[in-house]
Amino acid sequence: MLTALIILWPALAALLVLLVKGQGARKVAFGAALVELVLGIWAWINFVPNGSTQFLLNEPWIANAGIMFKVGIDGISLLMVLLTVFLVPLIILSTAKHTYEKPSSFYALILFMQTGLLGVFTALDAFVFYFFWEVALIPIYFIAGMWGGENRVRVTFKFFIYTVFGSLFMLAAFVYLYFQTPGTHSSEEVAFYQLVLDAGTQSWLFWFLFIAFAIKMPVFPFHTWQPDTYTTAPAAGTMLLSGIMLKMGIYGALRWLLPVVPLGVSQWANVVLVLAIIGIIYGAIIAIRQQDMKRLVAFSSISHVGLIAAGLFTLNHHGLQGTMIQMLSHGVNVVGMFFIIDIIQSRTGTREIAAMGGITQNTPFLSVTFLVLLLGTVALPLTNGFVGEFLLLMGVYQYNAWMGAVAGLTIILGAVYMLRMFQRVMFGEKNEITQGFTDLTFNEKAVLVPLVVMVFWIGLHPNTFLMISEPAVLKLLDVIKR
Amino acid sequence: MTSIILLSIFGILNLFVGFMKSKKALMPAVLLFLAVSLGATMFDWNQPQSYFSNMLSTDNFSVGFTAVMVVSTLFILPFSRSYVVAENSNLAEYYSLLLFSLVGGIMMVSYENLLILFVGIEIMSISMYIIAGSDKRNILSNEASMKYFLMGSFFTGIILFGIALLYGATGAFYLTDIAAAATNMDPATSPLLLMGLLLVLIGVTFKIGAAPFHFWTPDVYEGTPTVFTSYMSTVVKTAGIAAFYKLMSAAFGGVYDQWFPTVVAITVLTLLIGNIGAVAQNSMKRMLAYSSISHAGYLMIALTSFNDRSENAILFYSLAYAVATIAAFGVLKYVSDERGSDEYSAFNGLGKTNPLLAFVMTVAMLSLAGIPLTGGFFGKLFLFSAALEQDMVWLIIVAVLMSAVGIYYYFRVIIAMYMRDAEGTRIAVDPLATFTLISLVVLTVLMGVVPGLFNNLL
Repeated sequence: MLTALIILWPALAALLVLLVKGQGARKVAFGAALVELVLGIWAWINFVPNGSTQFLLNEPWIANAGIMFKVGIDGISLLMVLLTVFLVPLIILSTAKHTYEKPSSFYALILFMQTGLLGVFTALDAFVFYFFWEVALIPIYFIAGMWGGENRVRVTFKFFIYTVFGSLFMLAAFVYLYFQTPGTHSSEEVAFYQLVLDAGTQSWLFWFLFIAFAIKMPVFPFHTWQPDTYTTAPAAGTMLLSGIMLKMGIYGALRWLLPVVPLGVSQWANVVLVLAIIGIIYGAIIAIRQQDMKRLVAFSSISHVGLIAAGLFTLNHHGLQGTMIQMLSHGVNVVGMFFIIDIIQSRTGTREIAAMGGITQNTPFLSVTFLVLLLGTVALPLTNGFVGEFLLLMGVYQYNAWMGAVAGLTIILGAVYMLRMFQRVMFGEKNEITQGFTDLTFNEKAVLVPLVVMVFWIGLHPNTFLMISEPAVLKLLDVIKR
Repeated sequence: MTSIILLSIFGILNLFVGFMKSKKALMPAVLLFLAVSLGATMFDWNQPQSYFSNMLSTDNFSVGFTAVMVVSTLFILPFSRSYVVAENSNLAEYYSLLLFSLVGGIMMVSYENLLILFVGIEIMSISMYIIAGSDKRNILSNEASMKYFLMGSFFTGIILFGIALLYGATGAFYLTDIAAAATNMDPATSPLLLMGLLLVLIGVTFKIGAAPFHFWTPDVYEGTPTVFTSYMSTVVKTAGIAAFYKLMSAAFGGVYDQWFPTVVAITVLTLLIGNIGAVAQNSMKRMLAYSSISHAGYLMIALTSFNDRSENAILFYSLAYAVATIAAFGVLKYVSDERGSDEYSAFNGLGKTNPLLAFVMTVAMLSLAGIPLTGGFFGKLFLFSAALEQDMVWLIIVAVLMSAVGIYYYFRVIIAMYMRDAEGTRIAVDPLATFTLISLVVLTVLMGVVPGLFNNLL
């Protein structure tokens, strides 16, 4: 029941928010998101990390077709649920400076999207998963399309068509798998895991499923929607997209690709790893050349996701645990980075790196938090990024030493573009744009302090989180290696 | 059967209501008639009966589709309020024609004999020819009526010719007798049977607006007053596809291999023409016309697989499609009446001026595009699953690709409503229509969230 409550509460709250007129909608939405956070923590407290699926809800949905509304939380799901319930209130709080037109719709859409995201992370039936997968997409389309920047109509439409196109393939694969299950057919996760399919079938099924997840992450060469959409979307939308929605693709691959078509995966893993590593280098090199801060972080995200994808497809213990912890870290860091860019943009009216300089002089708080998040992103030891990237690189190295070596460039290149940005924006001489730059307000601190705490928490004591996912990951590996 | 009798009587009664001075009583009266007929129809649920020496029978199949048609008509009527307000002098006749055409529709879904099918098609079509021209002063409406009548009567003739040939080949009008005769016959040596089948097939294809006999659809839809267009694209189409399915499964299931390539070719062609044609439109009404062609294509996919799933899938899809289409035409009617245009640009900024209308339209478009949370998604899923069970992989790949094309044109209106600046002012909508629109949205979402309620009824 708890799972159902966790999924449903944001949707109900969204309806409530719709009734609130004016800017008060934000406060109501924030309150609802805090309640959701409490629910998530409640699940964490009652969770026993033993590899089993807990808080199971299994009700007939389309009874005669054997399709169940089956949701539950295991170690892998719990980390994603925690990430979602942790980030959404911060994202809502981060919009305090903006006065959006039609605020009630804006915040209702954010909460509604949270329902979709949490549904994706807890679904244990393929059609339930697909259902929530699309439910999460519709709100973000409207958030980016209605409150975005220039070219938003074209850019968000491209994003929408692109992702729906990919997910239609996934749906086709699910329907095919559903008809392969014995008896009256079932689309449950366990039923898919028990299928025995020949290598040829798994080979094409792999691409049908992979294309949907690859577009969502996005993995090179399916990334072309990403920089434009991240740049155009309003700050909150970008945070939702990069912080949480991107993880849908990784999580989907982890749960619905690797264990379902293991032969297909082992057949194509090499290709995917090469694509992922190209993405790492490609994203990093383009990020170095960017003038717009938001675009820079967007490309850096392609680079970081490439590493996660590479680790994921190594199919070894380090790679998968690294994926888990790096999903959390990336969520925390990228949301922090986009928020700081939003702060800078709202103070100076621009995101142009060249136009800024000397901001550190008036802003001790901003400088410190920015630096911490930035170091987390470039994976400095003691920060969260280090743990994840270390495990991931170890996984890739175990898979193939050369690939590990090339993928390792991400740390160097990441340091190059991030530190260059920091240096040009924060250091140097003040100019007329950055002259009156004020330090963080209370609201902004309230967003950034929890993020900074998480950077160190994951960096210093990753076991809090690794412990949760460890048994589930081992169990998953058993299924994959069956 | 009771509903056929009741609706015929109500149709005549309604003409007398029309003699009264005030036209205000008309709409409530018709709504009441329809509600009574719906109730009477539901009494036949799970109680199969046959009438007129078994020429007509009611079973769950016919009751299900009758209910969809009557409910659709109930939802459509509230949007005709502007005719009441305008004191349209022929209003009672138009309403009666709608009731009569429903009678034809019910005959089309409960026939056991080809003659009843023919009579049903005629009753339904003749009412539609008149209704298409009901906006007498409008040249487009006249054109629609003329086109529909000329082509429609031509194709009715073809159906009749086909029935005659079938009779010649099998010596029977009854579906069961035809099925028995057709299975025993070697199709290769009986061109008469195949010829007759082909002609009937062509005629029915015309009636549901499938390619390559779809050319009338955009023009007729555009000229017909919007309220009646929504009737044409939902009730008429539902009756047509149910009749088509019944014909192919009950009479010609045995010679499946003979007609299968033809039906698949028609289906693929319809999907391509409907979807690609819709992309090129700038008028919302013409887009909906092409979209109705494409939905005929999706529905025809069920004809390639006769199993438990496909009957239910057609019923579910018909309901989901009807509900979404009525909502779309309802909003379109208000927008085009107020802003004087059917173009996408008439919808600019509707999200700001009329949030409710825009929201209804959005849900309708999402449902027609087959996005989850709406009935349209499960409709497509059920239809495609039924066909995949018969290993129609290539057909489904075409259908899925065409659904992706569909997203493109359905979203154009959403983009216009929410992402373009407002041009017009707020549009006033009367309470009954508002209530209807909200019910349509609730039904669509209900079908998209708890599909189990509507699935597997037959």
